[in-house]
Amino acid sequence: MAGPLPEGLMPSADGRLPEGIVPNSQTPFSAYVHVPYCRVRCGYCDFNTYTSDELRGSRRETYGETVGREISLARKSLTRVGDNRAVSTVFFGGGTPTLLPAESLVAMLDELSATFECEADVEVTTEANPDTVDSAYFDTLVAGGFTRVSLGVQSVVPHVLATLDRTHDAERISGVVAAAKASGLAVSVDVIFGTPGETLDDWRRTLDAVVGFQLDHVSAYALIVEAGTALERRIRRGDVAPVDDDLHADMYELADEVLGGGGLAWYEISNWARTPETRSKHNLAYWRNHDWWGFGPGAHSHIAGARWWNVKHPAEYQQRLEAEKTPAVGYEIPDAPARELERLMLGLRLSDGLERAQTNQAEVLALVRDGLLIDEAAQGGQLVLTLAGRLRADEVVRRLVETDD
Amino acid sequence: MSPRARTPLTPASTEPAKIRNFCIIAHIDHGKSTLADRMLQITGIVDERSMRAQYLDRMDIERERGITIKSQAVRMPWEVAGQSFALNMIDTPGHVDFTYEVSRSLAACEGAILLVDAAQGIEAQTLANLYLALDNDLAIIPVLNKIDLPAADPEKYAKEIASLIGGKPEDVFRVSGKTGQGVAELLDRVVEVVPPPAGDPNAPARAMIFDSVYDAYRGVVTYVRVIDGKLSPRQRIQMMSTRATHELLEIGVSSPEPTPSQGLGVGEVGYLITGVKDVRQSKVGDTVTDQAKPATQALAGYTDPKPMVFSGLYPIDGSDYPNLREALDKLKLSDASLNYEPETSVALGFGFRCGFLGLLHLEIITERLEREFGLDLIATAPSVPYGVTTEDGKVIEVTNPSEYPTGKIKTVTEPMVKVGILAPKDFVGTIMELCQSRRGALLGMEYLGEDRVEIRYNMPLGEIVFDFFDHLKSRTQGYASLDYEPSGEQEADLVKVDILLQGEQVDAFSAIVHKDKAYAYGVVMTERLKKLIPRQQFEVPIQAAIGARIIARESISAIRKDVLAKCYGGDITRKRKLLEKQKEGKKRMKMVGRVEVPQEAFIAALQGDEETKKKP
Ligand SMILES: Nc1nc2c(ncn2[C@@H]2O[C@H](COP(=O)(O)OP(=O)(O)OP(=O)(O)O)[C@@H](O)[C@H]2O)c(=O)[nH]1
Ligand SMILES: C[S@@+](CC[C@H](N)C(=O)[O-])C[C@H]1O[C@@H](n2cnc3c(N)ncnc32)[C@H](O)[C@@H]1O
Ligand code: SF4
Ligand SMILES: [Mg+2]
Repeated sequence: MAGPLPEGLMPSADGRLPEGIVPNSQTPFSAYVHVPYCRVRCGYCDFNTYTSDELRGSRRETYGETVGREISLARKSLTRVGDNRAVSTVFFGGGTPTLLPAESLVAMLDELSATFECEADVEVTTEANPDTVDSAYFDTLVAGGFTRVSLGVQSVVPHVLATLDRTHDAERISGVVAAAKASGLAVSVDVIFGTPGETLDDWRRTLDAVVGFQLDHVSAYALIVEAGTALERRIRRGDVAPVDDDLHADMYELADEVLGGGGLAWYEISNWARTPETRSKHNLAYWRNHDWWGFGPGAHSHIAGARWWNVKHPAEYQQRLEAEKTPAVGYEIPDAPARELERLMLGLRLSDGLERAQTNQAEVLALVRDGLLIDEAAQGGQLVLTLAGRLRADEVVRRLVETDD
Repeated sequence: MSPRARTPLTPASTEPAKIRNFCIIAHIDHGKSTLADRMLQITGIVDERSMRAQYLDRMDIERERGITIKSQAVRMPWEVAGQSFALNMIDTPGHVDFTYEVSRSLAACEGAILLVDAAQGIEAQTLANLYLALDNDLAIIPVLNKIDLPAADPEKYAKEIASLIGGKPEDVFRVSGKTGQGVAELLDRVVEVVPPPAGDPNAPARAMIFDSVYDAYRGVVTYVRVIDGKLSPRQRIQMMSTRATHELLEIGVSSPEPTPSQGLGVGEVGYLITGVKDVRQSKVGDTVTDQAKPATQALAGYTDPKPMVFSGLYPIDGSDYPNLREALDKLKLSDASLNYEPETSVALGFGFRCGFLGLLHLEIITERLEREFGLDLIATAPSVPYGVTTEDGKVIEVTNPSEYPTGKIKTVTEPMVKVGILAPKDFVGTIMELCQSRRGALLGMEYLGEDRVEIRYNMPLGEIVFDFFDHLKSRTQGYASLDYEPSGEQEADLVKVDILLQGEQVDAFSAIVHKDKAYAYGVVMTERLKKLIPRQQFEVPIQAAIGARIIARESISAIRKDVLAKCYGGDITRKRKLLEKQKEGKKRMKMVGRVEVPQEAFIAALQGDEETKKKP
């Protein structure tokens, strides 16, 4: 299924793209910049991030420079295949990007825009942990070209924040949100539901608070107990209760109700926005299978049907780039069935849905009958999940592809 | 003390007067094999270097579990007052599942050492085996073993034994199989007390087959006891039941390794090799005679043991089915009591319904199949055989609940056993309570000595064969012992309980139970399955039913959420692989109607009752 190299092998050392990759100049192009640092690791988190004592030989102070090397490598690689697309969205994620000084983030953004052209209405977002930012920080971001911030609020209920090992206080949150709004950034918050010990009422408190912030965008994620995390161990030992999928379902339904009441409409399974214009363009790029280059350790890229990923450890990432080698350590070129599976699993997450072309008509009818797909949309040729369908999206995808085999 | 025989007698030319055939019988673990060890040593047939504990327990599984499964016959030289004797000793198993082995061994002997643990006293199999020996008119030598133990109370138990078999407490021998104390004197006593075999050396040859074993190197090895006449190498012999003839390729005695001889004469015990490949051609209980000069009358044989419990054995990997068949065929060669025939199950695929002598037998066969043949097996819940008569007069033996006829049933009979329980008298009340709750009918009660009682019940086999012994042990602080033997059948109020998943019957979980226990069975199984079967995309009712009547129900509510919302940082590959894995996982599911059940759930549900697997 993979291209010239078997999946998982290193692409060529100089960052040459896999053979046969021909970018389409019509496909929008995005940039993701990973910042792999956190003050403490939250017990539920399995992202590629490191607290300072986990790091050997790579320094936060020079992180921007290292990313700069990957930026020029990307430029070379893309130019070689005749790709001159401008960047339509930029996203700094982590980890905790805001552990770096705002100037540092701005410097990376400058480097990007200097190397790649940015579109005029470029969306530039950074994630931010509430205890790492203030008005001055936001002002610097705005002055440097950032347009959006995604705040990791997670919850406003102290015992939930404690179970999540979050370092911020519930009280600080509204102040930080207000400061972000005042700076002129578009503001989104991330919240998590289904934390062990969190009741439906606790969740309602968080939702009410979020609606109270009067934001244009909210992401609400069901807590996933990832293998190998401290949370998983705590559950296995019986220290905290396992997550309950039924409660998750109730909480999701509540989220849709409360956020909807606050004027926010779902546009992706975990994302709600006030208007189509306030949706996160960067996130949409993922769901719509656009192209992006992921910079930083462990980042994933997707260009013209090829997916590759960088070495995870920041020290190794730095060493490779300093040796003028690509930090990519594996890639795949999904075959047609895999791409169809991706198209379904990504596209179905969106309220815009998917065109029903190529999908099995009988199964579509069955899914409508089971209340998982919206009838009118299906009749109009679009596959759009119902509320129940959003909760069982994996099943819908499986059923649509199974009948294809 | 007698010396070792300086001039051992040669097989085929030993006069019967110099032969003593005896076996060691006892309750399980009372030390038969350990006593046999000391005999092998002091008669000099096993040297110090080769000696190991329970030398005659040769199978891996015997050594690991520390129990004897197969009888072993050994010829040993012994000298008393300057005269050489040939002793033939048979070590027997003590577990109730292998009583059949004991009874065959007894038929090759004139005497029996009744061994009793001096710290435990008489137990249920002591009595059972004693009665078997008496039925065979054997001379009984009562012996207390383990007198080296600090807890031994030989005085007390000598009295108990004397009151059981008659005679004086002083006449009960005292030995230690561990230290060897008293063993030489015991052998002298064997020579003195056990009658020499009687038989006509000039009559046509007649030898009784008392065991037949398949050996990977030598083929079928047949163990015989010569009654009349003589067998010699290269002679052509005939099996009296089948008239099949064979040439004697090898004849000899076990001492304890196989030692070829010039033949076997009257009263001698030894082995024959004819080159046949299947033990069924050399059937236990058959009479071997001379083809040229055949005997006219066969010796009284044995009746084949009837399987007591049945269970379906299925390979976990369906493609192992042919290997399972081959493995069973091979095991059958050395274990004639193993029965099997093919069966299929919706839930488990292709397998075999197998009949066993008891749960330990089941466990041992399954273990040997897994170990010696590298198979992964699942055994369905064991069942006893029922006789079902339908309204239209058809009689069906049901060994698998799923064969239970669907039409109108006139009567159902269940196998019965006579149960003997031996326990300190303080436990009589609680034991009776337990037996009553298992539909037992009291047959009688007898004191053995001052404080121990034998309680006899007639009970349905199905009530005792599974977890009864565990309950008995726990209610008597481990002091009770149990024995049972078949005692016919009785009509009973039995029903078949089916388990349904979304209305579809799951054959592997059907059970035939007494009417009063049907509800409890239904509740246990439905609850267990509810815990084991993953939630589906729709609600799944789990029901227990007798015919069309639902007696218990549970339900697994439908999945409401399966989506993994976090999909972050552009790692699409991981998310897709997760979905692909889910798809793969589905392929390994068994379908019951629309319900997907992981094979592991079936296995876990069938194994739920772990305690039923312990050995009595
Ligand atoms: N102290 C002591 N222990 C003994 C003696 N004889 C046997 N044992 C121990 O008792 C246990 C059972 O001994 P076995 O010889 O296997 O008993 P068995 O009667 O052959 O058992 P089955 O064949 O399973 O019926 C072992 O742990 C022996 O070591 C003895 O004279 N003294
Ligand atoms: C890169 S992460 C974290 C960004 C930032 N460091 C923070 O914690 O706020 C982006 C979001 O993913 C969500 N998230 C992280 N781990 C999760 C998990 N195990 N289950 C569900 N959501 C998770 C959180 O809501 C988080 O804000
Ligand atoms: S702060 Fe965010 S990225 Fe860091 S460990 Fe916590 S959840 Fe993960
Ligand atoms: Mg033994």
